[in-house]
Amino acid sequence: MYDGIVQELIDELGRLPGVGPKSAQRIAFHILQTESFDVSRLAQVLTDVREKVKFCEICGNVGEESRCGICRDARRDPSSICVVEEAKDVVAIERTREFRGLYHVLGGSISPMDGVGPDDLRIRQLLTRLSDGTVTEVIIATDPNMEGEATATYITRLLASIEVKVSRLAFGLPVGGDLEYADEVTLGRAFEGRRTV
Amino acid sequence: MPTYRDEGIILRTFNLGEADRIVTILTRSHGKVRAVAKGVRRTASKFGSRLEPFMVTDVQFYQGRSSLDTIQQAETLGPYGADIAGHYDRFTAASVMAETAERLTDAEKATNQYTLLLGALRSLSRGEHAPHLTLDSYLMRAFSLAGWSPSLDTCSRCGSPEDLTAFVVHFGGMVCATCAPPGSARVGSDTVEIFEALLTGQWDFLESVDRRHLARVSSLISAHTQWHLERALKSLEHVAR
Ligand SMILES: [Zn+2]
Ligand SMILES: [Zn+2]
Repeated sequence: MYDGIVQELIDELGRLPGVGPKSAQRIAFHILQTESFDVSRLAQVLTDVREKVKFCEICGNVGEESRCGICRDARRDPSSICVVEEAKDVVAIERTREFRGLYHVLGGSISPMDGVGPDDLRIRQLLTRLSDGTVTEVIIATDPNMEGEATATYITRLLASIEVKVSRLAFGLPVGGDLEYADEVTLGRAFEGRRTV
Repeated sequence: MPTYRDEGIILRTFNLGEADRIVTILTRSHGKVRAVAKGVRRTASKFGSRLEPFMVTDVQFYQGRSSLDTIQQAETLGPYGADIAGHYDRFTAASVMAETAERLTDAEKATNQYTLLLGALRSLSRGEHAPHLTLDSYLMRAFSLAGWSPSLDTCSRCGSPEDLTAFVVHFGGMVCATCAPPGSARVGSDTVEIFEALLTGQWDFLESVDRRHLARVSSLISAHTQWHLERALKSLEHVAR
């Protein structure tokens, strides 16, 4: 334990995902001891990000306006929607350059043990987007792990009564990882080889 | 080197750091173990899907100085996960089972809870019975192994075997007409029959029972489980019935 404000900083950093107590301490001392480290710049960006960043009213992706850059881009194909868990998965898929349609960000995956059910995700908003017939293909790109697969199963069953082609990314071998860690080649291949469900 | 090996069922995983996970495993001989799986979230991880929930795995653990062990190797024994994730009602049932097992066990060896869960997940993955029946049967048996079986053939207040007319969760099961508080839900011997069939796995009988009657028994079982656990099971309200 450190005195007062130093410990407060370590505690705050330690609350961030993926930052354990040791890392929090290391970051705190970096901030304290590195003269060239621009604290006010970091503080400003943190404030700005909260004020300026919005979740896209159509797809749930992050952006700085009410509609994200992808939804505003007229060159994107509105007949195809790729469903992902998080905004970071949009970035991963964009990197592959395999997909020219629009996205739908669920905000997580179904995880009953964590108390997260279908109603806690943006699934109803997806159904609304499908209601006018513009969308002809839905590609489900949830994580290739247990919760991601179960979420894909749930959505597939829900879309069975709607006239839309539904496909799921094909990873070949059973994998347990997060989508964001798939390299571009693997992810690109999974896109190409997607199978209709 | 302080390593040990055991077979176990993956109950739950938590993300840790950049690409690691903490995996909660119910083992055959070492009770419930929490261990770190390094790099498991990378799609190229050597662990692949072996450490996903509901998988039965042969695991080699390294016992370090920290409170958490580290998983060194994992080989799949029962790849039940895929057949469970592909059916939403199996997935929600398995989630309740895993959460229940997690709550009913600790670091003490609990081989009977292990084999019960193993059998239930295997049956679920094969689609042997309706998932809600497998789940209710599992819950009845898991709680009875834990010493919390509902009283079915005698009054849970006075012990009388006569005139059992109601099921009162906070008394621990059936109660007789004299002991039943006014307004308690009345249930008959046909309900007791369902409870017993779930405990003993009389599947043919269970599959012939009216769905609404089963649903009523399910809600009594849910109430019974929630009463005995300090915190409610989060997964129970998400069961697809
Ligand atoms: Zn958008
Ligand atoms: Zn009585």
